[in-house]
Amino acid sequence: HLATSLPLPSERDHLRPRIDLIAFMIDIKSKYSLRNVEASLAYVDASFFLGKVCFLVTGVGRMKYCSIEMSAIWKLREAYSSPVLFCELELEGIRVATAQRLLRMLEICAGLLPGVSALYFGSLMSSSANY
Amino acid sequence: ENTDPQRIAFLLCKQWTLYSVTPLYRFSNAHLKNYSRLLTAFVAAERQKGWAVEVGVELDIKVAISSLPDLKGSDQDHAAILVQLFSRSPASQKNSEEKLIWSGWFCCVCGDEFFENMPEDFTCLPLFLTNGAESYTAIVGSWFQKTFDCCFHRLAISPLNLSWMAAMWTECKVDKTASAVELIFSVPGLLQPLDILYAIHPEDAKALWDTVQKTPGEITQEEVDIFMDCLYSHFHRHFKIRLSAAKLVKVSTAIASAHCDGIIKFLQSQYLIGVLKLLTELAISQIQ
Repeated sequence: HLATSLPLPSERDHLRPRIDLIAFMIDIKSKYSLRNVEASLAYVDASFFLGKVCFLVTGVGRMKYCSIEMSAIWKLREAYSSPVLFCELELEGIRVATAQRLLRMLEICAGLLPGVSALYFGSLMSSSANY
Repeated sequence: ENTDPQRIAFLLCKQWTLYSVTPLYRFSNAHLKNYSRLLTAFVAAERQKGWAVEVGVELDIKVAISSLPDLKGSDQDHAAILVQLFSRSPASQKNSEEKLIWSGWFCCVCGDEFFENMPEDFTCLPLFLTNGAESYTAIVGSWFQKTFDCCFHRLAISPLNLSWMAAMWTECKVDKTASAVELIFSVPGLLQPLDILYAIHPEDAKALWDTVQKTPGEITQEEVDIFMDCLYSHFHRHFKIRLSAAKLVKVSTAIASAHCDGIIKFLQSQYLIGVLKLLTELAISQIQ
């Protein structure tokens, strides 16, 4: 399900399936996308932050168009204990690889992988990110 | 820091294209006249090969390379080096005036921290600014590359860095006749990109900056963010357009103007060194 901001409209609540993973997309060229994500985070229930949230930063192929400070991204990662993925949507190879990664994460968050919980996977991601 | 305003007046109010340059190997201030002669010969040879800008016009091109000792930030910086191409039509009399057709200058302002462990044979002048035809820039650039084993790259300025410049230059004191603070944004449109020009009265901009800045003389990323957010939300309130989602492409104040393609214009000699210091930093981060 794709949404431009949160909260999701309440009219369709009863029709909506269970949400297993929330990927917040931040475009490095748009300061507004960062502000939008920051505002939307307030509408997410705390239980999602146990491995069911990730940040997807796009547009990293062209850093010279960068409008967002990297430290702002790291602050989000620290504050919400959620992993950050980087990708460049305009390159097909990276786009496909990122989609595959997200699908894999979604499988884990939906409980489809026996023995691996969303929380366990989340803690694996965060410990490998601390370099 | 006291630069003689007359000597650097020729640098003001001209459009300069920015490049970053890796350190030059075995460059010496003592051989500037030699370099001038060698480069003059190189330019003549390249033009014979067909690099001529004006077809059919006979031009004598002479190169002058000089040093600008005042153009530096600290004592450790190497003084700026100026390269000028003059043309003189040989058909006219011997005493005809020489016309300046191209200028370029290398400089380094407060770059000492980054070049601390540089071996002695290398001269660090990471910023290169040019004014004039692109073909001459290519010829001069390739001579320097061959002779001193260095590399030139166009220096682009990201929207992030442009907003820093907007904040830093708004902070500077200017007189009552100062021009407006102008920000130009590019918005992708259906047929072609749309340009939005946001002009702010300089006193209003300074007043806003004064409420944001906590320590005079110090600027933090947070303060720049707040300053820009205030400008964006003011614009949104009036026009319902989110400038934060658009791309900032040009910043223009009474001090200087900068374009994201790496084009700068210095408007006041008083702040020239300050702007050069920031540009030197950008050039060094592109080299590293």
